[in-house]
Amino acid sequence: MNHLALEIRLTLASLFATLAILNLVLFIKIRYYAGPDDILVRHRIRTWWTLAGIFSLALCISPRGGVIFFGFISFLALKEFLSMAPTRRADRRVLFYAYLSVVAQYYFAGAAQYQMFLVFIPVIMFVWLPTRMWMIGEGSGFVKAVGTLLWALMITVYSLSHTAYLLVIPIDDNLPTAALNTTVIATHHPGPGLLIFLILLAEANDIFQYAWGKNFGKTKVSPNIAPSKTYAGLLGGVLSTACLAAVIGPLITPMDITHSVIAGVIIAFSGFAGELCIWAMKCDLKIKDFGATLPGHGGVLDRVGNLIFSAPLFFHFIHYCYS
Amino acid sequence: MNHILRTAFFALIVRPLMMVVLGTNVRRGELLPASGPAIIVANHNSHLDVFALMNVLGLKRLPQVRPVAAADYFMTRRLRCWFATRIVGIIPIDRSKVRRENGKHPLDPISEVLNSNGIVLLFPEGTRGEPEKMDDFQTGVAHIARRHPEAPIIPVFMHGLGKALPKGEALLVPFFCDMFIGEPLDNKLKKRELMHQLNAAMDDLASELPREEWT
Repeated sequence: MNHLALEIRLTLASLFATLAILNLVLFIKIRYYAGPDDILVRHRIRTWWTLAGIFSLALCISPRGGVIFFGFISFLALKEFLSMAPTRRADRRVLFYAYLSVVAQYYFAGAAQYQMFLVFIPVIMFVWLPTRMWMIGEGSGFVKAVGTLLWALMITVYSLSHTAYLLVIPIDDNLPTAALNTTVIATHHPGPGLLIFLILLAEANDIFQYAWGKNFGKTKVSPNIAPSKTYAGLLGGVLSTACLAAVIGPLITPMDITHSVIAGVIIAFSGFAGELCIWAMKCDLKIKDFGATLPGHGGVLDRVGNLIFSAPLFFHFIHYCYS
Repeated sequence: MNHILRTAFFALIVRPLMMVVLGTNVRRGELLPASGPAIIVANHNSHLDVFALMNVLGLKRLPQVRPVAAADYFMTRRLRCWFATRIVGIIPIDRSKVRRENGKHPLDPISEVLNSNGIVLLFPEGTRGEPEKMDDFQTGVAHIARRHPEAPIIPVFMHGLGKALPKGEALLVPFFCDMFIGEPLDNKLKKRELMHQLNAAMDDLASELPREEWT
């Protein structure tokens, strides 16, 4: 547990405390005013317990534990995508390579091999998968098949693997911008704090968006794709997320308050954009959810929508400013 | 059947395979029979179908579950025969024999299992055929229904395993398996009406997914 700073342990503990309070509130609510959505909410909270539990356990064991956790999430998300999106029978072998690339990509992330991590999917797989496809010799549907597969790898493996790299990212602690109030351990192992910062803000942004949209939302951002998303929700979400970032950023990450706010704004906007991308895909595929792996939420891909754009952007923001 | 090996195989190999590598999305799992006698009728795309179904039925029901399988395919090689009868616990039926022989009806082995409160898995397409494409159902299920009016017939539509391991392929590629369970059929109907009802139920279940040809 030496790699987890006291602040981070406290953050995790308060996360579980929040879940416990939510459970209690729900219990009391069901007792007095039972509603039709209670079961869904209960499933949703239970799934949060499971996710937060496995994630914290993985993080406590070693920073690499989180790498395996997100590798598995990537595998599930890729499987959901390829099960829902049309693929060609001739391409089964190519899909197999796509699955293998999960292992390689997360190896490069966990081993902090920066350049291989950056080029493996957008360069090497970008060349190899279409090559393997023409070798099979099936021409009809080629454009669609290549597009689907590379897009699948980019969102489910490449972008999500940035969460894993965040865990092992080396930080130059001589930089003057690094805040001084984090403990020594945290500056040497900034990864867990950065990752928790990203996930916490991305999820909080969803909640803020929902609350603002519900109370003040009028104009819809994209009525055809996501009827529930409004400008009020989006902007209120960004504002609240930036405020939350200003509070927890200096506590659990090496960032000072200015950088924390910028990071918060990046995560809020890109989280929203990623989420809408998932909605657009579901719209096109004519499905409601990508699966049923997470009771109360739908599929894994439905849950990580807010990370697919924010993870790489936040990662490169940190890398640019601190490495 | 070798019960110890069978349980071990389903707990240690089939379950991780179906839950981690492949994954099943079951809709209305509560409609599956709690105990026998019962007949589960499913479409057939892959060798994995039977494992997916048996995994969803769970280890508790495993001793009762017996899939009907082609004797002319599974009983030909020694190892395959041992695995099919001892581990999977198939009821072998010869697809080429349709008449009574020595006073024994070809469907008698199925009746025996149903009489001893078994859960029979039946793939009335009779073959895996083209992956992810439903063939016409054979009418054997109607014969069994007439002999066993007490056994409910539950239709199950499966999708995805034909992509994971289609006929004639050895490379397993992960895909989610969708498994949609339907309401029990009315097995007091005559043969033609029963088959009609079964086909309609299957089409209904299949239409829960957006239509997609796999070529």
